[in-house]
Amino acid sequence: MIEIKNVCRTFSTGGNSVEALKNVTLTVQDGDIYGIIGMSGAGKSTLIRCINMLERPDEGSVLLDGCDLSTLSEKELRRVRREITMVFQGFHLLMQKNCLKNVCFPLELSGVKKAEAEKRAMELLNMVGLQDKAYAYPSQLSGGQQQRVAIARALASKPKVLLCDEATSALDPTTTQSILQLIREINQTLGITVIVITHQMSVVESICNHVAILNEGRVVEEGKVSEIFSNPKSETAKKLVFPEKAEEMLATANQVENLVRVVFDGAETTCTPLIAHLALQEGIPANIFYASTKSIGGKVYGSMILSFASSEEAERAIAFLKKTENVIPTEVKTDAQ
Amino acid sequence: MLSNLFSQETLQKTWEVVSSQFLLALWETVYVTLLATFFAIVIGLPLGVLLVTGQKGGIRPLPKWLLRTLDVVVNLLRSIPFLILMILVIPLTRWIVGTSVGTTASIVPLVIAAFPFIARLVESSLREVDPNVIEMAQSLGASPWEIVCKVMLPESLPSLIANGTIAVTTVLGYSAMSGIIGGGGLGKIAINYGYYRYQYLIMLLAVLLLILLVQLLQGFGTGLAVRVDKRLKKKS
Repeated sequence: MIEIKNVCRTFSTGGNSVEALKNVTLTVQDGDIYGIIGMSGAGKSTLIRCINMLERPDEGSVLLDGCDLSTLSEKELRRVRREITMVFQGFHLLMQKNCLKNVCFPLELSGVKKAEAEKRAMELLNMVGLQDKAYAYPSQLSGGQQQRVAIARALASKPKVLLCDEATSALDPTTTQSILQLIREINQTLGITVIVITHQMSVVESICNHVAILNEGRVVEEGKVSEIFSNPKSETAKKLVFPEKAEEMLATANQVENLVRVVFDGAETTCTPLIAHLALQEGIPANIFYASTKSIGGKVYGSMILSFASSEEAERAIAFLKKTENVIPTEVKTDAQ
Repeated sequence: MLSNLFSQETLQKTWEVVSSQFLLALWETVYVTLLATFFAIVIGLPLGVLLVTGQKGGIRPLPKWLLRTLDVVVNLLRSIPFLILMILVIPLTRWIVGTSVGTTASIVPLVIAAFPFIARLVESSLREVDPNVIEMAQSLGASPWEIVCKVMLPESLPSLIANGTIAVTTVLGYSAMSGIIGGGGLGKIAINYGYYRYQYLIMLLAVLLLILLVQLLQGFGTGLAVRVDKRLKKKS
């Protein structure tokens, strides 16, 4: 379990000081995939670096299984860091070493014998599907492959916690999904706690169980992903849950009343045409105002905004949609109302 | 002057000098250059590493006064002209080698002149290493020593080799000058025969040999730097 308690971090550069983190408190349970999301400059990277003390917090403490990391000496920290490893946005592989040697690197640091280290590195490369690239150099690999090598490296020292700092932000959507899939597999098969830093809600949607929303160095909202998704309270959360386009559309739609937001949180709706049933069975025609859903492993994630002719129809539609599991309809109050 | 540059007599005299002295001079030049570069690297490499790791925000910051002192010493030694430096270090040379004249003695001023230069070259090579990769090593629990040996030096190897080549050729150039204080080698021949005795053909041949040496070293160094650079590997 990781407990972040009242962590503050201020950067001062020649007279100017920036409060990157203001009294951040979070708890991450063992085996969880925990997302920390926020816009650029929200303090995400500083926060994740406070977890392995690459940045020492000015105030507050970070506890790993009850052990306060902020009190440890540099030497003790080096040992602890083997239990909290990190994957980066830019992969950060050793460019002059082949993949096998890159994965061996953390093992070399902990004094594992060469033959043994190479055997374990091979197993890890096998796990991330790159055993045939063991003797290739990073410059010969694609971004997604490089990130797989970086993940294998991060797992080499058998860590308890894996920190992912915008691990998929430099990758295309397809590769992003395959890397997220890999991270989820690692979480499930090895039981490693994963903390994911991202600015993309889609990343949180697809793999996280819990999420904290960071804005200007503060945690503005925290909880289960499904809860935040179905009922975002803070402005930042709303902005992240509903992409800008939807917000813009809502803003221009002040004459339209009776909007219903439908959140799909892993609903098994791939076979049932939900909106068609709403029209055919209930006789309620819905106008799809905005929709962004995707199907991951046979389950639907995302949201839709439907508009109805009357508030009575909207209420009936909500009642109908509620019957389907993992579909969360709520009435939308536009600013005009 | 030019009319008798290629006269029978000149050619004969030149051949005598070339056949009797050039081989030894070539050997002396190579021996002095390599040995001086070696010792300069022994001092300059760790110094260059300290200049990078010891700075504020580096992986092992040094006390400010110490870093500043190292920096000033390097700049000071680099700003003294080599000719003056050779004379200034004569007492040190005498103390180390036992004499201040001769080929071996010329290694001392060469080392003193080259190590600050090498320290700066090492510094610039190490600064090319991606700071994110260093952070990665820290995140995996690497100590400052491990970061230097397993990350910074290996990652900057191609650049170190390229800069090392610059260092060797510079030392070679300096070594030619040490003929003035009695150091041997091709430089001495060029000065003694060409400058003091107006035997320009001998001077030209000695200089030509120096040019060939520099070409050879530079070609070898550049080739090696490219060959060890794994970033240049083609996608298969």
